[in-house]
Formats: sequence, C-alpha cells, structure tokens
Amino acid sequence: MDNAKDLFLGVDVGSVSTNIVAADEKGCLIEKIYLRTEGQPIKAIQEGMKRLAEALGPDASIKGAGATGSGRQLAACVIGADTVKNEITAHAVATQLMLPEVRTILEIGGQDSKIIFIKNGIVCDFAMNTVCAAGTGSFLDRKAGRLNIPIEKFGLYALQAEAPVRIAGRCAVFAESDMIHKQQLGFNAPEIICGLCEALVRNYLTNLAKGKKIEDPVVFQGGVAANAGIAAAFEKELKTKITIPIHYDVMGAYGAALLAIQKIKESGEPTSFRGFELIHRDYKTRSVQCTDCPNSCELIEIASDGEVMARWGGRCGKWAEASQNYINSGCRKM
Amino acid sequence: MILTFPHMGNTYITAKVLLDELGVSYVIPPLDNQEALSIGARYAPELACLPLKINLGNYIKAYEQGADTILITGGCGPCRFGYYSEIEQGILRDLGIKMDVIALEKPDAGLLELMRRIYRLSGYEKNVNRVIGAVKKAARISALVDELERQTFRTRPRETAKGSTDRIYSAFRENVLNAKGYDGIKKLIGETSEKLSAIKVNRNQTPLKIGIVGEIYTTIDSATSFNLDIKLGNLGVEVDRAVTVSGWIIDHMFKKALRLPYDTGYVDAAKPYLKTMIGGHAQETVGHSAQYADRGFDGIIQIYPLSCMPEIVAQSVLPGLSRDKDIPVMTLIIDEMSGEAGYMTRIEAFLDVLDRRRERSIG
Repeated sequence: MDNAKDLFLGVDVGSVSTNIVAADEKGCLIEKIYLRTEGQPIKAIQEGMKRLAEALGPDASIKGAGATGSGRQLAACVIGADTVKNEITAHAVATQLMLPEVRTILEIGGQDSKIIFIKNGIVCDFAMNTVCAAGTGSFLDRKAGRLNIPIEKFGLYALQAEAPVRIAGRCAVFAESDMIHKQQLGFNAPEIICGLCEALVRNYLTNLAKGKKIEDPVVFQGGVAANAGIAAAFEKELKTKITIPIHYDVMGAYGAALLAIQKIKESGEPTSFRGFELIHRDYKTRSVQCTDCPNSCELIEIASDGEVMARWGGRCGKWAEASQNYINSGCRKM
Repeated sequence: MILTFPHMGNTYITAKVLLDELGVSYVIPPLDNQEALSIGARYAPELACLPLKINLGNYIKAYEQGADTILITGGCGPCRFGYYSEIEQGILRDLGIKMDVIALEKPDAGLLELMRRIYRLSGYEKNVNRVIGAVKKAARISALVDELERQTFRTRPRETAKGSTDRIYSAFRENVLNAKGYDGIKKLIGETSEKLSAIKVNRNQTPLKIGIVGEIYTTIDSATSFNLDIKLGNLGVEVDRAVTVSGWIIDHMFKKALRLPYDTGYVDAAKPYLKTMIGGHAQETVGHSAQYADRGFDGIIQIYPLSCMPEIVAQSVLPGLSRDKDIPVMTLIIDEMSGEAGYMTRIEAFLDVLDRRRERSIG
C-alpha cells in the first residue's frame, strides 16, 4: 500500500510547549512529538520536525500541514502551512473527532486556559482567561517548584490527601503566600497539593464558566490534564465524570492536522508544505514599519537566508494576505 | 486662554468645529492614545478606569503644547465618569500642572449654568446666536463623521484590494487636523466619502454582521480596543456600533437637557433583562444587544475597560439574553496590561463560531 505513508502534519506552537503530530488521511494519529518551546519557537519547530522525520522514516510523504497556537503565524511561515487556525477551533475539532457527542471541553495549557461549549455538533460559546493566569499550568509549575516536587508527580500527591486544606487561589502569588502559611501550620504536602488543585479548579470555573451551564459529556485536555489531582478536583466540583482523551497533550496540533486534511480535500490543491529540509535553514525575525499609509503599522518580518518569507502584524490584513499568497505560490517573491 | 480636550475616537473633529466656529484658540493632543495611556497610567491610581488614564495623558501632552484650560463633557450618569473632572483636576494639581476645567454637561443647576460655561468658553462672547450656531454646526459635523465611519464599516469587509478603506480613512483623520471650521471640515468629509464610494467592492459578498456594544469610550475609541472595529472589517465582518459620538451629543446632552423626545427603543428592548438605568451605558449595552439579535446580526461583542461597574452588571445579564435569542456574545475587557495577541485569538475563534453557525443555518 503506497498510500499508507500519505500524512498530514499539525503544528501547535504554544507559550510553554511545541507539539507536532502526523495523522493519516483518515485522521488517525500516527506520531506525536511534545517538546518545550523554551522561548525559541523556531528552534523548537526545527527540533520537532527533525525528530518527526526520524520517527516517520524516509518514505513518508506529507500531503498537508496546519498550524495553530499563539505562535501559529510563525509556525505557518516556517513549515509552509495550508491552514492557520486559532487554538480554540483546533482543540474543538480534535475533540469532536474523538468524542462526537462532547458538550464541554475544559482545556488548561501553560499560560492560558479555555472552556469550549458545543451544541448540536458546533462550537456555540467559549471563554479564555483574560487578565489573570492563576488558573493555568504555570500556576502549578511554580507551586511544584516551591514544594520541590517534580510537576509530573504533583497529581499523585494530591490523590493521597485525606482532607484538602483550603488555599486562597485568586492570585497565583498570594496563593503561594497562603501555601507557605499552611505549611507553617503543619499541613503535609499531599493536603496542600490537593488544596492547590482545588484552588486552581475553583479559579478556572469562576473565571471562565461563570453564568454558563456545563453539560455532559465533559472532556478535559491540555498539558495540565496529565495531573490526576486536577482531574479529580474537577470531578468533585462539577459532580460529573470527566473524560481525558489519550492524546490530551497534543489536541491542538491534532486539530490543526485535521483541519489541514479538510482543507486539502476541499481545495484539491497540492500542499504548501516546505518539506523537512526546513530544519537546516536559518531564520531571522525583525520588526519593520509599513509606510503605505499614515497608520505606520509595526510589522514582524521573517526572513530565511536573506529572503523575506512573511510579514504580519499590520492592521489592514494586506500583509497577511500577501504572506499567504507567497506560501501558496510555492514561495515566489513577495 | 488656550483650550484643549481629551480624545475619544473622532470627537476631536466635533470639538474642533465648535472651537473653530467660536474663534477660540486651542491645541489638540497627539492622536496616539497608546502613548497617552502610558503617560496617564504613570500618574493615575492603578484601579482608576482606563479612559481616565488616557485623558490624563492627553492633558499632559496638550499642556506641553501650551494648553491651559480643559474642555470636557461631563457624565451625569452614576458611574465614575461623573467624577472625572474633579479627580483629573486633583491629579494635575498634585503634579504642579495648572489647568482649568470647563465641564460641558447638563448640570443640576440647569441650562443657565451650561450657557454660562459656554459663554466662558467663547471668551464671554455675548452673541447668543453665534454660540448656538457653533453648537449646532458641531452637532451636525458629529453626525456626518459618524456616518462616514459607518461607511467604512460597510466598505472595509467588501473591498477587493485590502487596505483601501484604511488608507483613505486614516488619511482623513490626519488631514482633518488641517481643515478649518465647519465649511472646511464638511468639504473634507464629503470628499472622503466620495473616495470611499469609489473603492471597488465585491457586491455578492454577505459579510458576517457583528454588533459592538459596551462602555462608550472603549467602543468608540478604536485605538484603545486594539482597533477592533477595523480589524473585524479587514477580516471580512461588517460591524455596527449603536453608541456614537453624535448620539451622545444630540440625545444625551441636548435632547435630554431640552426635554425633547429621543430614541428610547433600547430601553424597551433591555426591559426583560434590565429594567432600569443602572449607570454608565449598561442599559444601552443590554438593549442594543437585544436589538442586534432581533435584527438578525450574527454575533455581539461587548467591550469595556477593566473594573467598569455598569458593564460588569451588563456582562452578567448577557448570557441569559444570548440563550433566549440564540446569539453568541463575547466579552473583551481592555486593560493597559493586556496584550493584543490574546485578543486576536479570541476574535478569530469567535468568527469561526459565527461562520459555522451560518453554514449550519444555510446548509
């Protein structure tokens, strides 16, 4: 079967992690790579693509690629994506494939958290944290560091608690003060960790789900879904069972790959994917000012080996359009 | 006396006409409200609402250019805006900046007090007809500018060459500073409108329609809300904003003051959800949302500055309206600490929701 290696890529460049998946044309996930962005998204993409190329072997043929996450424009430009979508849509698409009857998606990532409501098979409402990050993965990361417990084991500690201690969760920094206070009162680590998990869940629900009805089935995904303590706290608070998909950590990237499949099927056009050689190229970003009108928008320009590949950040959408055309035209001059 | 006034979207054009016609000397603070915000944030209390911070930045920039008196419209509504003039004067005084404030509002003392303030504004010009004429002309221009803006809302999503509307409209906002008086500005508006009409558009397009509601400053002052109205337009969305500068001047200031009848449709529309005026523009937010839903809009975006009490109440009312009328509502809260990228993600996702809903209802 020579079609077996026709694959579609999804790349999700987030604040904390960069995830890449490869799926076949039916949407089955074949390979997934999860690595930390560490403030260097281009390097993370290149490293991820390198690992993916090794895992897939030489006869893999990429038929489409999609990008999502806060670094989606950059990712789209570096890999040559056919679709660029925000992470809310990408997450919903992936979850709906795995559990078509899903009504509520809880997603907690590194620096943002979202809740997505689905009705009659389409996203009908969503919310994302705005002015506060107290209900996100970074909140837990900090606390784990403070308690000297590896984040991977955090959830298991929480499950050992007999009774959680209540921790003030409004602000991530004050939660830390409160946590220290509770330590000084003599509470043990599991009780405190369990309290932190419940504080995060309380914060998440008040920030994002206020006034909205959380309907079953509920799916919990994003990097934080690895934390059994949080999942348990959600079940306790919502009084319902929660499903965690097996690929919970790469759902955004998976969704991007699914969107790429859909896009290529609809358009029937060949992919804009640049190929795995992109890992050897050298990329530079700089800011330039557009002089076409008095708005003087500040643009982000990305160049590779001296050639301008994309510009974005302008108010009028002219550059976004030009960049997409550039990618679609097989990268002829902008 | 050299006057100045705070920015709020295109109000500077209206204010310019009024002052040109009265023959008063004035300076207009630089259009860049982002810089004004950083200056204002330095001196305002942290929890003061965002418009106050921008106002302060405007005054300080204008003071550097020689202004000594501030002209503002007052808010009689029970929200913090009503205290702006007092607080702003206090902060400026503490900074050692000597500026007078003239608040144009319908004071409790009645219309005579308002007239006295306008007299003071015009250097005690005793020609009542000239003063009334200037006010009328300013009101007329504000209506024309709002209509021009509505024209950009229609053109932007339909233009075939991206950026055409923006180029004409932002040039207008710059050039209007050099136009003089009612006649000059009216002429420029007319020319700009013709240029906008000449933009090539795709007539077969049926763009998504989004109603923008919320606190008046952040909705009207495009730059403060990351040019949300412009961005939506460029993403192919036709926006509408029921609260306008001219509406504020004509309905809120004149008609209310003169006890003339004015459009209260939004009051009735808000009734099932919010029965009374609770301050700020909360009643408008709820009422206009209901009206947009009834007019078949695809979605509603509510914008307000962090900690705006009336809009917080409106926000908690909107989910019920959204359920009853089956229309998606998204709230964006503006704060000087917030970053643009996060807003764009939400906006894109919201448009996806609206797109899918529309496909569903057609297919």
